Amino acid sequence: MNFFGPVLSVLARIIIVFSAMFLMPLAWAWRLDALALQQVWLRSLGLTLAVGLLLALLTKNYKRELLPRDGFLLVNLVWLVLPALSAVPLMLAIDGLSWTDAYFEMMSGFTATGATVLSGLDRLPVSVNVWRCFVQLIGGLGIILLVVAVLPLLGLGGIQLYKAETPGPMKDARLTPRVAETARGLWVIYFLLSGACMLAYHVAGMSWADAFMHMCSTMGLGGFSSHDASFGYWNSPLIESVAITFMLLSGISFARYFIVWRARTLRSLWRDLEVRSYGVVLLVSVLAVALVLAVNGSQTTLLGDLRAAAFHVVSLATTTGYAAQDFSLWPVFAPVLMMSLGCFVSCAGSTGGGIKMVRMILLFKQAKRELVRAVHPSVVNPVTLGRQVIPASVIASVVAFMMIYIATTIGLTMLLLLSGLDIVSAFSAVVATVNNIGLALGVVGPSANFGVLTDFQTWVCTVGMWMGRLELLAVMVLFVPAFWRK
Amino acid sequence: MGESVAESLVSEQNDITVIDPDPERLRALEDRLDLRGVPGNGIQPSVLRRAGAADADLFIACASLDETNLTACRVAKTVFGLPTTIARVRSDEFLEGAPLLGKEGGFGVDHVICPEESVMHYVHKLIEYPEALQILEFSQERAHLIAVRAAAGSLLVHHTLAEFKLLFPQAPMRVVAVYRQDDEVDINSHTRVLPGDEVFVLADKDKIKEILSAIHKDDRPVRRVMIAGGGKVGLRLARSLAGQCQVKLIERDRRRCEYLAGELPSDTLVLCGDSADEELLVQESVGEMDLFVALTSDDEDNILSAMLAKRLGVRRVISLVNRRIYADMMQGSAIDIALSPAQTVIGELLVHVRRGAVAAVHSLRRGAAEAIEGVARGDARSSKLVGQRIKNIGLPEGARFGAIVRGHGADCQVLMPHHDLLIEAEDHVIIFIPNKHQLRAVEKLFQVSATFF
Repeated sequence: MNFFGPVLSVLARIIIVFSAMFLMPLAWAWRLDALALQQVWLRSLGLTLAVGLLLALLTKNYKRELLPRDGFLLVNLVWLVLPALSAVPLMLAIDGLSWTDAYFEMMSGFTATGATVLSGLDRLPVSVNVWRCFVQLIGGLGIILLVVAVLPLLGLGGIQLYKAETPGPMKDARLTPRVAETARGLWVIYFLLSGACMLAYHVAGMSWADAFMHMCSTMGLGGFSSHDASFGYWNSPLIESVAITFMLLSGISFARYFIVWRARTLRSLWRDLEVRSYGVVLLVSVLAVALVLAVNGSQTTLLGDLRAAAFHVVSLATTTGYAAQDFSLWPVFAPVLMMSLGCFVSCAGSTGGGIKMVRMILLFKQAKRELVRAVHPSVVNPVTLGRQVIPASVIASVVAFMMIYIATTIGLTMLLLLSGLDIVSAFSAVVATVNNIGLALGVVGPSANFGVLTDFQTWVCTVGMWMGRLELLAVMVLFVPAFWRK
Repeated sequence: MGESVAESLVSEQNDITVIDPDPERLRALEDRLDLRGVPGNGIQPSVLRRAGAADADLFIACASLDETNLTACRVAKTVFGLPTTIARVRSDEFLEGAPLLGKEGGFGVDHVICPEESVMHYVHKLIEYPEALQILEFSQERAHLIAVRAAAGSLLVHHTLAEFKLLFPQAPMRVVAVYRQDDEVDINSHTRVLPGDEVFVLADKDKIKEILSAIHKDDRPVRRVMIAGGGKVGLRLARSLAGQCQVKLIERDRRRCEYLAGELPSDTLVLCGDSADEELLVQESVGEMDLFVALTSDDEDNILSAMLAKRLGVRRVISLVNRRIYADMMQGSAIDIALSPAQTVIGELLVHVRRGAVAAVHSLRRGAAEAIEGVARGDARSSKLVGQRIKNIGLPEGARFGAIVRGHGADCQVLMPHHDLLIEAEDHVIIFIPNKHQLRAVEKLFQVSATFF
């Protein structure tokens, strides 16, 4: 208990803060849903608060500064416990939803994956859809980050948690002297962009409820929708262009916006190699897919090809996972390209998942460096980003990340194959969950959903999402014996 | 650096006091040169007072640290009200004329000199004009004085200076001096330029390329450069060449290498190793290089690595040589150009020291000769130049008119002097002086007599 005590004590406080989140679906239920549903949200709020208070009471004697090790443990616990607590109302509200599916759905929400096991979304109560989408908004930027922003409870340990949760290989750059200040700044930017996004959706033709829900899943790069047909429900170029814009914006590091905001110039955005590569890769991919579609003749017009290509490439590459049509029917080049983009295109510090663009850049540079060294044995050419020399330790951690990433992908695919899934479905399901994309191919493709999986397969995918969101290393560290030694 | 500044100022009969914390060094300097040494820290008012700051005309702070120099200038300005202060500043964030260096609230620095920048600029010019031995700028870069070695088979070699005009009418130029095997040739219109001669020519900036190819050969432009030594100069040079040439930079210290690699764009190769290591040079195909520049702080290293590079087939080698005697020994032998950093800076410094209307002074042949640019001020009554014809102006023995630059900005023109040319007010007159001792006499020409006021 000495080991877990302080961690659980902080966890308790996070749960208490989190219980306030149920006010959001409650508010929507108040206006739009039946009384029974209001009860569901009130009960969930009460339950979560009770769990939090009980835990706080039990651990009130364990108060000390968090160590780096505690940070990892806490982040993992938060990302396991909160989905469980938020799955409760889902089970109460939807008849016959199993625990496995409810937990999967919430994990998919928190990790902003967007894979769903539910069908008949259009018939679900509004507040249930709001809840599904709302957790994507919170989970997208990070639960801990939110807590750090609103509660100074974490003290010095805050930076450890922040590091464990924020994606990307280099997390030492503090934007402000105080972590809480940084976290607050990031959330302010996030909410400002979210507000703009919601407004734009509404203006483009969505109802307020839909605008709110899709804003949540767009900003978190999640991909949940309140319609089974996702964006195909509207079939509106205007709405799709709003979605593309805000998906693109969310795929860039929010820390970058913070810097832009403070410097009051957009120049640093374009100067950043990661953002530049992000832009170029996406542009080239959109054109390539549009070309393939045009040659294939599946759409009616050239503009239609471009629109479909832009929307789906951006949606999958930024790991959002909206679909406006069944892209698995396109020439196989297109869906495979889009899935592979999802593995690495998002920038570090964005709400997207996957390897992250900056890691890819570092790996490329490292490879190029080795090639130059083969020709010039005495050359000194450390990997640089901008004008900053990247320490060898960062490169090593990126290589380790890649190693674990590949091992995880293969391992989870093997488990799914073992359970009897076909190779396309198995591999694409793993890619879709580990990278938090949310859309796969085969039996779990855009026209179907993850509900067809068996319980075992669902759990494999749940684990994939959890590991992917915490960028593998933060999870894997729990499995290193040294972590548990005193 | 202070030592060479003091040396060149002493040789022009100035009263010099040198402040240095090391009394031993001062004593050695006092023994060698006609100056006074004051031991101590130059930023302390008491030390400055002892050195006679109260009635000094010029204060030059050229310690190795920017902090020291900036502070010393401020103290000198505030406490002693020195009229002119010059600071050596290595950082490129302090630019001359910036409010930060100003009198009010700034560091009180009137002029900034940066040896690293000067040397870099100097080498950069040589890369721009690969045929030249030395390139000096006058009149806001309008007129250039170039030193070039005459090569057999080129258009103008084996011809007299009088024939130059006939053979090459498209580019007006003025040959101000010819050196043959290190001795100055007495030139007149019948002097014949022979292969191997070092020819000093003044011309308009736009004509330089043509003139160089007429006297020398048309050299390939410099595309591949190897720099030995990644110090401040090496870094600046490599950075300025980025995108223009393929640069390989050799530095011995690994940590410095890592720093350099971060500072320089990725197409610049930073190599860790000894620049005099034959194996390394061969491995990096030094023979393919158009230019090898040795810029370490060690003269012997520079000379040896430059000689080695030349031996391994580099087209041209330039070596930084601090000691003037070494530079004289090496230039033109195995090493194409030996450049002494003190000389490049002192020209800049001397402009501020000179009285009268001197706009630029450049040392030639590592300080043996000088070229001076002055502004003709005043009118026919007060000035010794304005309103006079060239033939009527008495120059000291050996000194020669170079060119006259008339007008300002875009529409200024470079005039080649002939006997009847009339000098007008505000003309920039460039005069070549083969012997330093005549400098004073030439300077007097530019001074305006009292009636001007």
